[in-house]
Amino acid sequence: MITESLVLSALLFVLGTFGVLIRRNAIIMFLCIELQLNAVNLSFVALSRLWGIDGQVFVFFVMTVAAAEAAVGLAIIISIFRHYETVNVNNFNLLKW
Amino acid sequence: MHVTLWMMPLVGAQETHAAESAAFEPFFPGLVILLPLIGFAINGLLALRHATASAAAVRAGGELVLDGPTGRPPTHTLPSWVGPGVLLAAFVVTLVNFVRMLGVELHEPVVVEYWTWMATGTFHVAAALQLDQLSMVMMLVVTGVGFLIHVFSVGYMRDDPGYPRYFAYLNLFVFFMLVLVMGSSYPLMFVGWEGVGLCSYLLIGFWFSDREKSDAGKKAFIVNRIGDFGFLVAMFLLFVTFGTLDFVPVFGDSPQALAYGGGLVTAITLFLFLGAAGKSAQIPLYVWLPDAMAGPTPVSALIHAATMVTAGVYMVARSSVLFALSPAGSATVAGIGVLTALFAATIALKQNDIKKVLAYSTVSQLGYMFVGVGVGAYAAGIFHLMTHAFFKALLFLGSGAVIHAMHHALHHTHSHEDPQDMRNMGGLRRHMPITAAVMWIATLAIAGIWPFAGFFSKDEIIWQAAAFGGAEHAPYPGLYTAYWVIALAAAMLTAFYMTRLMVMTFHGSNRTGSEEERHLHEAPAVMWVPLAVLAALSLFGGWINVPEAISSSILGLGGGLPMGEWLHHWLEPVTASAHQIQEANLGELGHTAPVGGGEVLWALLSTAAAGLVVLVSVRVVGGWKVTPAARDVAPTGFGKILYNKWYVDELYDAVIVRPVVRVSRFCWKVVDAGIIDGLVNAVGYLARAFGFVGSLFQTGTVNTYAFILSLGVLFILGAVIF
Repeated sequence: MITESLVLSALLFVLGTFGVLIRRNAIIMFLCIELQLNAVNLSFVALSRLWGIDGQVFVFFVMTVAAAEAAVGLAIIISIFRHYETVNVNNFNLLKW
Repeated sequence: MHVTLWMMPLVGAQETHAAESAAFEPFFPGLVILLPLIGFAINGLLALRHATASAAAVRAGGELVLDGPTGRPPTHTLPSWVGPGVLLAAFVVTLVNFVRMLGVELHEPVVVEYWTWMATGTFHVAAALQLDQLSMVMMLVVTGVGFLIHVFSVGYMRDDPGYPRYFAYLNLFVFFMLVLVMGSSYPLMFVGWEGVGLCSYLLIGFWFSDREKSDAGKKAFIVNRIGDFGFLVAMFLLFVTFGTLDFVPVFGDSPQALAYGGGLVTAITLFLFLGAAGKSAQIPLYVWLPDAMAGPTPVSALIHAATMVTAGVYMVARSSVLFALSPAGSATVAGIGVLTALFAATIALKQNDIKKVLAYSTVSQLGYMFVGVGVGAYAAGIFHLMTHAFFKALLFLGSGAVIHAMHHALHHTHSHEDPQDMRNMGGLRRHMPITAAVMWIATLAIAGIWPFAGFFSKDEIIWQAAAFGGAEHAPYPGLYTAYWVIALAAAMLTAFYMTRLMVMTFHGSNRTGSEEERHLHEAPAVMWVPLAVLAALSLFGGWINVPEAISSSILGLGGGLPMGEWLHHWLEPVTASAHQIQEANLGELGHTAPVGGGEVLWALLSTAAAGLVVLVSVRVVGGWKVTPAARDVAPTGFGKILYNKWYVDELYDAVIVRPVVRVSRFCWKVVDAGIIDGLVNAVGYLARAFGFVGSLFQTGTVNTYAFILSLGVLFILGAVIF
């Protein structure tokens, strides 16, 4: 059971990572980051069967932080969209030297 | 209450160290140096206030008027009282101490210790004042003559906008000069030494908006730096030898610790003398003093004639034990002194600026003082220092009165002639009879005419040079004969150039121009009264030290000068151990001059010769056709060499200044700007190159960062797992 859960978690995480790396739409990238976080949550839950309740408690923290991050992130994306009228990250390259 | 508590350690609680001198009770010696410092503080604050007020006036589009409808501002009235006032108070305190010291037999210096100044390892210096006969003479001269010059300055500097600043500097100078002469150790003397140098710099460049004048200040400071280097090295040598720099232990131990005529003591004395030559303007470091005349004339009188420049003589007399132990060192002191006396006197023959003549005359007279202290006649050297302070201060102040009158006269007609050039003067005695009379007294004094002060002091020095060379075991007898001859020759030159100055300034026809002549006037009382006091001192001041042989002869009115060798006896406790060393090694001094004849005969001859020179040169110079400076032609032949001061400034410029500038330029352009800056810049360029390469990774695109981040994570994971 743990093995299957962990394999699923790894697959979801790799999926999320590739999504972040490949996609150019900021909202999609954002969803992929959420996917990565939830992949990690799945590992926590699965492993808590072996190591006790700590993993399940940690999941709540991760979800809380993820919710806060989603609120801030979406706000940023909205304000960028208002400025550029696009959410393609290839257009956002001013933040450099 | 707080003030009194704070002042307690300065003037109240005192520890006296010399056990057997319990009879001498110092009377608040700290007050003597504290008073001028207080004067400096008050005048300095007034100067700052004046600066703020005049800056505000300029910003408002106007100018601060000194004599306004409401009178002079307090910044320009208070210093007239504070400046001379603190000096008078200090002089009174000194007098009380002097009278107390007169009443007791004092064989050891009294050291009044206030606090520990430096204590590191074995090196310990206390902030302590030394009261003995020598420092007492110097204190009297500094505060007494200083007070008169301060009073004179009230009149002379009256219309100067920098009036409070002037008195602040002058008070500060007196403070440092008193630290110099009262300090009980070499480091403390050095503090005063540097302090007076600073004030000299500030006052030479007092009118600093004039480039030439501020340059003269810099020159004085830099040339003195060379001498200070010698002073410092001498202090290091003394500390290595004795482990202390306090006067009392150093001089107490040196007869045992240092071999007579040894290399170490000769090195110490020569380095000390290098310092003295810088401060007291001796060959080869005399060049700053004539330029120092750029300062206000009372400054020339106080700093560059009466007090600061004699610090070197004081230092040699203070270190008399060390110099007595080194015949070579002493011979160098006397040799440099006599050469300077002659050399400066020759330059003075052809100068036309009244202050320049006096400046070279000062250099020459300082040379005589060094002859005195160089031939073991420390009392004679200090004696000449004192009489010179009287008559040279008088001459400078008198020239100040002349320049003051000339300046006002030329100012009235908007003439741009030089008010200091003697070729533009002539016949001034009709307009300024008092100044002319007192300056004649000073001239006769400096020329060595009996019975004026200079006769007794200068003749004593010349005679002592002969007597030293005639001692039983004189180190270099031939050399001292030469010193004696040169000193006599320089005395004759002195008589000539001083008479030339007087005749060109005060006699003959007037050359200022008829319009200007009507505006010439005698100096106000605040200026001529100090002149009169100094004239009295120049007349009678020499009578406090009449050698026995002279005293009983016709020159001493057959014992009619009651003081006898007072100063000599007074200084005996200070010079005793030096004289012991001298007597033990040289035997008795000679009684006849190198060519025969005794002390009285030569004194008679020299005063008669000097008198003859004065009389002849009055006739000769009076017969000259002097043309005003604007129409005068440059001198030719030998006179041109003397007029250009033997081209010493040009020589120094070519041999020292320009090579130093060239080396500095090389160090600047090649070493500093090329090599050092190049290295620093290369490091900077390297960092920037690395930075440029690194900046290529910063694309600004989120995907790149995410990709690199992932690669990094993978790399770290790989490193952890495998």
